[in-house]
Amino acid sequence: MFGRDEKVSEIRLTAAQYIILAVFLVLGYGLWRLQVMQSDYYSSAAEKNRIRNVPVLAPRGKILDREGRTIVDNYPSFSALLMRDSSRDLLADADLIGQGLHIDPNEVRSRIRRSASLPQYQPIFLKEDITPDELQFIEAHRNELPELDTIMAHRRLYPRNGFMAHLIGYVGEVSEDMLNQPQFELYSAGDVVGISGVERQYNTLLMGQNGSRQALVDSHGREVGRRGETEAIPGKQLRLTVDIDLQIAAEEALAGKNGAIVAMDPHTGEILAMASGPTFDPNDFAVHVSRDQWNKLVTDPDKPLLNKAIQAQLAPGSTFKIIMSVAGWQEGIAQNMHVYCNGSATFYGRNSKCWVYFVHQTHGDVDLAKAIYQSCDVFFYTLADKLGINRIAKYATDLGLGQKTGIDLPQEASGLVPSEEWKLRNYRQKWYAGETIFVGIGQGAITVTPVQLLRAISAISMGGKLVTPHVADPSGLPANYVEAGHFTEVKNVSLDPAGWNYITDAMVKVLQPGGTSPLAAVPGIEIAGKTGSAQVVSLENRAKHKDNADLAQNGWFVGFTPRRNPDIVVCVLFQGGEHGKLAARLATQVIKAYVEKQRRTPQKMVEKPKSGTVDIGGLWTEPDTDGHKEKLQGGRFVLDLPKRPSALAVAAPGMQ
Amino acid sequence: MSRYVSYRDFDWVLLGFVLIICGLGVMEIHSATVHTKFAGAHVKQIYWILAGVGMMFVVSLISYQALLDQIHWFYIAGVGSLMAVLLFGQRYLGAKRWVKMPGGNHFQPSEWVKIILILAVAKYFADMRQRELSWADFLKAGAIVGFPMLMVLAQPDLGTALTYVPIAIMGVFLGGLQWRQGLTVALLAAIGIGAVFFTPRVHVLKSYQKQRLTSFIDPELDPQGSGYQVEQSKIAVGSGGLWGGKGSQTHGAFLPVPQTDFIFAAFSEEHGFVGALGVLLLYFVVLMRLTQNAQTAPDRAGTFVVMGVVAVLSFHILVNVGMVVGFMPVTGIPLPLMSYGGSSVLFMFLALGMVMNVRMRRFVN
Repeated sequence: MFGRDEKVSEIRLTAAQYIILAVFLVLGYGLWRLQVMQSDYYSSAAEKNRIRNVPVLAPRGKILDREGRTIVDNYPSFSALLMRDSSRDLLADADLIGQGLHIDPNEVRSRIRRSASLPQYQPIFLKEDITPDELQFIEAHRNELPELDTIMAHRRLYPRNGFMAHLIGYVGEVSEDMLNQPQFELYSAGDVVGISGVERQYNTLLMGQNGSRQALVDSHGREVGRRGETEAIPGKQLRLTVDIDLQIAAEEALAGKNGAIVAMDPHTGEILAMASGPTFDPNDFAVHVSRDQWNKLVTDPDKPLLNKAIQAQLAPGSTFKIIMSVAGWQEGIAQNMHVYCNGSATFYGRNSKCWVYFVHQTHGDVDLAKAIYQSCDVFFYTLADKLGINRIAKYATDLGLGQKTGIDLPQEASGLVPSEEWKLRNYRQKWYAGETIFVGIGQGAITVTPVQLLRAISAISMGGKLVTPHVADPSGLPANYVEAGHFTEVKNVSLDPAGWNYITDAMVKVLQPGGTSPLAAVPGIEIAGKTGSAQVVSLENRAKHKDNADLAQNGWFVGFTPRRNPDIVVCVLFQGGEHGKLAARLATQVIKAYVEKQRRTPQKMVEKPKSGTVDIGGLWTEPDTDGHKEKLQGGRFVLDLPKRPSALAVAAPGMQ
Repeated sequence: MSRYVSYRDFDWVLLGFVLIICGLGVMEIHSATVHTKFAGAHVKQIYWILAGVGMMFVVSLISYQALLDQIHWFYIAGVGSLMAVLLFGQRYLGAKRWVKMPGGNHFQPSEWVKIILILAVAKYFADMRQRELSWADFLKAGAIVGFPMLMVLAQPDLGTALTYVPIAIMGVFLGGLQWRQGLTVALLAAIGIGAVFFTPRVHVLKSYQKQRLTSFIDPELDPQGSGYQVEQSKIAVGSGGLWGGKGSQTHGAFLPVPQTDFIFAAFSEEHGFVGALGVLLLYFVVLMRLTQNAQTAPDRAGTFVVMGVVAVLSFHILVNVGMVVGFMPVTGIPLPLMSYGGSSVLFMFLALGMVMNVRMRRFVN
């Protein structure tokens, strides 16, 4: 027994001290192991921890017209972000933020709440592509709203109102689908790539190469400093063969209509203008297309997203009679053919009518020339019957129909040239001679795209030179593109010069009194052409339902000028335009604009001074050389094209 | 021989070493938080230290013997405060550990219960009449610590609950633990821990607590969670090398809460093996100085009080530094005197006040 004053066992106290010593030795060993023995390993682990490669986005290359005028440029765009790692009460600031950024404060609050489960370092995207006013608001409220920040990105600036939208296309985030395709193998999710048109076709060229910056980051991924940087290589400029002035003429001609206009230099295949209507505004895609907007575009029966110049596959109607004439001539049948047209003729037990039947007239005695400029159906029914489908198919195919032209644009359609073999293969049925009759006037199974028809007529206008249409100027392209694009590939279709002379003579008469389209003629300009009105339903049915616009015929016109050694070939598709002569007027507007410009500028339209480049200001930041602070620059938005700036009233979305 | 209580008998040397450690802590808190939203925490810490020192002087004046005589009231108050936490506590990050005080401060009763337990255990063993521990003593001592411990576990706060264990262990060890008892208890503890871990129906540990423990055994299992913390801490300490590094782990916020639980890792990264070992040496000096005071205590109770403080302090250092160097699981136990936090600082100075109290009465009868 021991009392209150008895001391605690000395041995146990000493033992406690030794236990403490042992503990400290173990801890000391732990430090030694990590800091001395394994120091190198952990040092490199620390290095890996804090350095991250941040991509530096390369701005896409500009797209220029044939004279070097800017069609597509970039503009710096800011997005407003809400940083969530500050200790502020974000919900309390929602009213002020909403007011400054023109967003409903309740929307701001609901976004903050919706993001509550996200990691703290992930900012909330409040608004993309903010206006200068909104940017100013953020700058002015740096102290009151430290959580509000901006990031800058280069955004594509397209001409407004859908100008040239189909040809140029638009960009968007690369889709998962595209990432699986070989040409996109180097891209990663989130990259902005060309989705359609030239933007897609020349994506690799325009895109440049993203650089990367070695950033020191903390464990939340927040950048706390910079190390090295491999600079981004901006995308290359792409010069197109398109002439903005001509494009404007084409778009104005097509304004409010459904169809396509394509103009080409028949010597080289350079596309001078390509319009498709109705159009869409690619700027809507540059930021973010809303679901509603998208649905509206894809469900529109007039198919505004389709580039009809290369994708519409329709019966060529009477324009096909030129190809028929060539076939008939080359086969030695057409030149001496005479047919009496009394409004209709009977083939294989069926009465087939000429279009004049419906206007209570007859063509009377018709030779090839008259058949062309008066577009006599009975003549071509007879010619078709004599040629047979296989010979028609041969000439049509030789002139490039029923196959892609190879134009340097994505998603070109191939059209269709029917033949005995085609029908057997696809329908397991034999070809009936009666079907040939309708193909003879460009109806029935045959379909073409406007650019195919343009190319075929271009070949005929050049005495048999079949060029490859293209929209990019090959002289400015890297060699590998030129080879891959076959820009200069030319096929020669044999065409008897006498036949060429005869047929083009007849085509000139189309726009003269007595022809099908005399009112489209332009005084002082010799235009050779051919109208076409392609039925959507049979002419009998059409006569019964005159008021139904959906059944209206598609008007076609394809023509060139001058008749000898032409400079320009134009093809017009006017869907629902009813008459080829209406299409002809659209074509002659473009031709007129072309010729007038030629007369103003005696030399060919090349190498003009740099007037009229798009000069874009706005607001942007430039990185400081030493720190990562950015300095705000101001400027104005100017887009000055020499002619018709109204058609190109370009401004960044939301900017004044 | 009788003498008055005097500050001449105050352990100024001990206070000196303690303040050096506190100073290093303040320095490191500043360095680790200067670029974060916790910037300025070191100033608050200085206020806590000043408050702690003041409290220490006050506490040293009230005779510990008088306190021990009234310990049952304190014990009831302690248990009551833990009960209050469970009933009215502020829930934060899934645990009820704090009571909101008037003025907006939060008070964590489990910290001051530590002092009460040290005193209660000291009182129990000081009054014990035999040299060797009986099983009844053993169970009673276990109950004194075990009851509040269960309440803290219910908060849940495994880390703090575990800090009560060494108070009991130190008590029974110095009180006359016999080999058989020690072995039996160790065996039972082993079986108990095994049961908790491997029996799915026993839900004593929360799943995150189990995860912390399993990820300690194999950090690769959960590299983004608690395993991540162990790994990041090892990287911080390891990259410090012999003389210290740039502190990229700490400043890059790879270390979780570098100003509290991982302050030793932050310090080790910035000051290397030499600096870290220096800190360990300071702690060792403090502990040796404390045991010296325990040996010179005027009575059995004084020795138990001081050794209780030694037990808690040693346990904190072992678990915290052990966690930082990867020897121990992540349990959320702060490093005394260095980690940022009011409750922790006040507890330490309260405990030191008790030690001074004992020391100042070494010649008093």
